[in-house]
Amino acid sequence: MDSNNNITSIWDFFQNPIIMNLLIGVVYFAAIAAFITVLVIILMWMDRRVAAFFQERLGPIKYGPQGLLQPVFDAVKMVSKGNITPRNVDKLVYNLAPMLIFMTTLLVYAALPYGKNLTVVNLNVGVLYLIAISSTATIAILMGGWGSNNKYSLIGGMRTVAMIISYEIPFAFSLLGIIMLTGSMNMTDIINAQKNVWFVFLQPLAFVVFMITAMAELNKSPFDLPEAESELVAGFITEYAGMKFGLVYLAEYANMFSMAAIAVTLFFGGWQGPLLPSWLWFLIKTLLMVFFIMWIRWTLPRIRIDKMMKLNWKVLIPLSILNIFLTGIGIKLYQYFTGMGGV
Amino acid sequence: MSMDSDNLNLVDDLNTQEFTINMGPYHPSTHGVFRAVLTLDGEVIVKEENVLGYLHRGMDKIAETRTYSQFVPYTARLDYLASALNNMGYVQTVEKLMGIEVPERAEYLRVIIAELQRIASHYLMLGSTTNDVNAVTGFLYYMHDREKVLDLLEMVTGARLTSNYMRIGGVIDDLPEEFFPKVKEFLAYLPGRLEMMETLILGNEIFQERMKNVGVITAQMALDYGVTGPNLRAAGVRFDLRKVAPYSAYGKIDFEVPVLKNGDAFDRYQIRLMEIKQSLRIIEQAVQQLPEGPIMAKVPKLIKPPAGEVFHKMEGARGILGFHLVSDGGPKPYRLHIHGPSFVNIGIMPAIAPGMLLQDFLAAFATIDVDMGEVDR
Repeated sequence: MDSNNNITSIWDFFQNPIIMNLLIGVVYFAAIAAFITVLVIILMWMDRRVAAFFQERLGPIKYGPQGLLQPVFDAVKMVSKGNITPRNVDKLVYNLAPMLIFMTTLLVYAALPYGKNLTVVNLNVGVLYLIAISSTATIAILMGGWGSNNKYSLIGGMRTVAMIISYEIPFAFSLLGIIMLTGSMNMTDIINAQKNVWFVFLQPLAFVVFMITAMAELNKSPFDLPEAESELVAGFITEYAGMKFGLVYLAEYANMFSMAAIAVTLFFGGWQGPLLPSWLWFLIKTLLMVFFIMWIRWTLPRIRIDKMMKLNWKVLIPLSILNIFLTGIGIKLYQYFTGMGGV
Repeated sequence: MSMDSDNLNLVDDLNTQEFTINMGPYHPSTHGVFRAVLTLDGEVIVKEENVLGYLHRGMDKIAETRTYSQFVPYTARLDYLASALNNMGYVQTVEKLMGIEVPERAEYLRVIIAELQRIASHYLMLGSTTNDVNAVTGFLYYMHDREKVLDLLEMVTGARLTSNYMRIGGVIDDLPEEFFPKVKEFLAYLPGRLEMMETLILGNEIFQERMKNVGVITAQMALDYGVTGPNLRAAGVRFDLRKVAPYSAYGKIDFEVPVLKNGDAFDRYQIRLMEIKQSLRIIEQAVQQLPEGPIMAKVPKLIKPPAGEVFHKMEGARGILGFHLVSDGGPKPYRLHIHGPSFVNIGIMPAIAPGMLLQDFLAAFATIDVDMGEVDR
């Protein structure tokens, strides 16, 4: 009798909506964290093999089939290293920065549509959320640059701020055309709207602007100014070692995937595709996009900071505004000829 | 409340502050142990100061405690990226002092090795410059081709970096049989690759933006500071000791001295590519014209030049390489002074650095192409 009572009370305990949500949250978090870890191992291997392919080398081939276990060895090395906090750093800011950088990455993964009905949180303002969250990493990078008490780190951090002011505006503007076409900021709605034609064909200009600014957002060459290793040693991560460096590294690769996923969702029809299951289509498209990003990254030299500003303010912002204007005209013409409201 | 006055104070506090940054001696882009003390206003350089001497080994003094032949390998450690050229400059100085006639075949062999070495050296400069503007792939392409040059050098001299091939009075060894087909293959292979690099790197929009009008050295400035070598020719002065005062077998070989006019980082980069093409021409002709005969002159076992002094200069990979040798008639030099082109060229950095961005500084420094082994000696 007693035990029965007990079970009921535990059951009731789990029936409590607050506890329920909390538990679901924990499960989601664990799922995303596990997904990212596995993903980063694949991406690291892919990055090295792609780089080697472009550079007439072999890349890692010794450990595991095709060198697939190389990142695992690297991860073990990273974890086994000492957790050093240099003496003269701002301890709180310095230690918090890598966690925050990784946190923003996790938050982005929460809103990605991985497949049909396969989203952690289906936000009705998904696009806005992604734009907002992905730029908060900048604050964390500045924290790392400032807290490290190193001049190279500081310059790296300052460059990040200079960059976000420049590229965040065209980044957001380039997505406005899509929002105008679909009339929704929900990722699922945007994907459904691309049933017949991908937005990359309707919004080619927006895609170009988006890709350039996305490279800047990712801090990848030609816009890898905050961590320019030939100038600033390693920029804002100069003073980080061990797993703190590992977190930043992890976040970098994870961001590459999430940015590719956003590009696929907004411009290439997301998880839609014939025959194969939707999550597989999503993975295929996104990894192809990642390959494209790596291709750019391993081909182009680094742009100079003032030229980057000029490109953003004088070319990309006018182009993205022009794109909004053209989209508006296009929608009106479409409505005029078909006598319909909306696409 | 005193909101307004607070704001005013805030504006006063917002004055920017210059700060000093130590670039090097351990820095990925200072190519060895060069240290530049930069005073920065934001990212703009206000003042630059060279700090040298981290690689000082006292080469000039070491020479006084070694016999003349013993010092030949030491010269390879001066400009370790063009070791054969340093060896050549030194042995020619001793030969000049003693009046030794070097056999013709040896002169041609020296030219072949020297030009291969020049290509290897230029390739490293091109690669590292490309890496400094973060075109990592370009860097590896250059390294891939440089490997082929090093293979050729290894085939002849047995070493890849410090070849120690030149001897006072000639060279140590003749070319092996398998060298000739390999060098033919190499001469056919490289022009296509150079063309590819020209389109891939020189044609790249971002690369041009990074390099053009950066770190301009005008012809007058170059002459004032004594800048020599490719840097001088990129500024528009047609001066190459191989042509102006031909030594070794260069007088009998037909080649051109490429000249560009802007003297910026881009031209300094491009002129190396052009010089590599001329070096290929020289190697091709030297292999064709290679005469028969001995490879060593009759030189006494213990070299004892007559008392006196001599200065000899030649075209190194980075500019005029000079050796001033004083002999007191003994088996060891009384005094040796080395005139290294890198040391002279690096002196122009404080003059061209102010007003540059931090990123420009690297492009300018990399294209001036100094070798710290030669600067600090």
